[in-house]
Amino acid sequence: MLTLNSVSLVYTNGKASVNALVDINFQIEQGKSYAIIGPSGCGKTSLIFLMMGLLHPTKGEILFNGKPLLKPHRDTALILQEYGLLPWKTVWENAALGLKLRQVDEKEIKCILERVFEELELTECIDRYPSQLSGGQKQRVALARALSLKPKLLLMDEPLSALDALTRENLQEVILKLIKRYQMTSVLVTHSIEEAVYIGQKIVILSGRPGRICAQIDNPEQGTDGYRKKTSYHEKCSEVRSLLEVYSQ
Amino acid sequence: MNSNMNKTITYFAAALFLFVLWDILALLLRNPALPRPVPALIAFFEIFPQSLWRHFLISTYRVLVSLFIGLAIAVPLGLYLGREPKLDKWVSPQLYLTYPIPKIALLPVIFAIFNIGDLSKIILIVLIIFFQIIVTTRDAAQNIPANSVLSVLSLGATPGEIYRHVIIPACLPEIFTAARISLGTAISILFFTESFATFDGLGYFIFEAWSRVNYPEMFAGIIAISLQGFILFLILDFLQRRFCPWLYT
Repeated sequence: MLTLNSVSLVYTNGKASVNALVDINFQIEQGKSYAIIGPSGCGKTSLIFLMMGLLHPTKGEILFNGKPLLKPHRDTALILQEYGLLPWKTVWENAALGLKLRQVDEKEIKCILERVFEELELTECIDRYPSQLSGGQKQRVALARALSLKPKLLLMDEPLSALDALTRENLQEVILKLIKRYQMTSVLVTHSIEEAVYIGQKIVILSGRPGRICAQIDNPEQGTDGYRKKTSYHEKCSEVRSLLEVYSQ
Repeated sequence: MNSNMNKTITYFAAALFLFVLWDILALLLRNPALPRPVPALIAFFEIFPQSLWRHFLISTYRVLVSLFIGLAIAVPLGLYLGREPKLDKWVSPQLYLTYPIPKIALLPVIFAIFNIGDLSKIILIVLIIFFQIIVTTRDAAQNIPANSVLSVLSLGATPGEIYRHVIIPACLPEIFTAARISLGTAISILFFTESFATFDGLGYFIFEAWSRVNYPEMFAGIIAISLQGFILFLILDFLQRRFCPWLYT
């Protein structure tokens, strides 16, 4: 679905330049869920912005279904760390924005959003502004906005990092359920080992700056019932932790 | 309704307090140039329906036209400069060099070129408030959180749509602040420009009463100019509530 061929990213500011990502080769297969994990400042966010088409590689190429990705693709949606909601729009207006920009007519927007809002238990909040919502509710609105576009690829940049533990676990369940129901391919960037193991069928480990892919681990039991309480889940967490310790040196 | 009522009571109490202070000061100074509030108010209510209203309207017209033109020129430029760092790098030094020049000193030049009519007064006011508005707006546009822009870009927005949905609403509260500051400035400059070579406007009215040593009438003019500022402030407040509802939740 999405292919990254020898992708490198260098940030330049005047004469200074910083290597953010080096030689990333990575293939995202349709229907799978990926978790990318690495130490702070390793370029995780840059990587997800590259996949979204918001940044362009300094070297290498990114292909979406075989075609070069030059701008955000219609089939991709992004959820940001600080939710990315606009404070001046109500919950409804925020969620409707993507559809509005695609010139979907009001009637259809209403039809789509009512369904998504019911699914995400947001129906009571539609007239509120983001400042009147809890962190968990804000992230649900961000999810609603992404889902309303029926994306085939859902990119998430540390979407749950600002939330408390319980809300976080609850939203992990919601995300998993939605990925399945909407049959989306998903990429989650996180710094939480537990979250990466709980959500990623494939876990990608990045090294410290400049970010390189050090390891890709299969996580075949992901998504099975009660996975969080299984021994295999804890073993996988330990495996990821020890790899991170090695590569973040 | 209740909060409106409260607001009215607060304004009334504040006005009463100011009148008491004024009365005390007048009693202490015992100078005819500072009449007590009651004779001044009586003069105001007597003269306003006769001739003062015409000067009030002319001055208000001049202030509003100047403010409108100043905003219409400086806001789009400020927004654009704030979002185009390369252009701003080039324009900023010129703004900073010309900002501190007391433009009021250009009054004779402007009068010589544009004659002594409404146009020259409006040009001088616009020239002064332009800087206040452009600098405030540019700074606001520079400080928009990157996440707001990125999240809307990821929805496939065009640059025009980014301005419409993100940059303009994000800067609106600061634009209102700039408008409020500029309003005060505009009224002061207008008072100055109306003080000579003119036969209408509140500035003319006040100076003309002063030259006749008619202090209560002069104070009627001062009350009128204060009232003008207050009403225009209230209108700006109303507009901000109407266009920035998220600030009042």
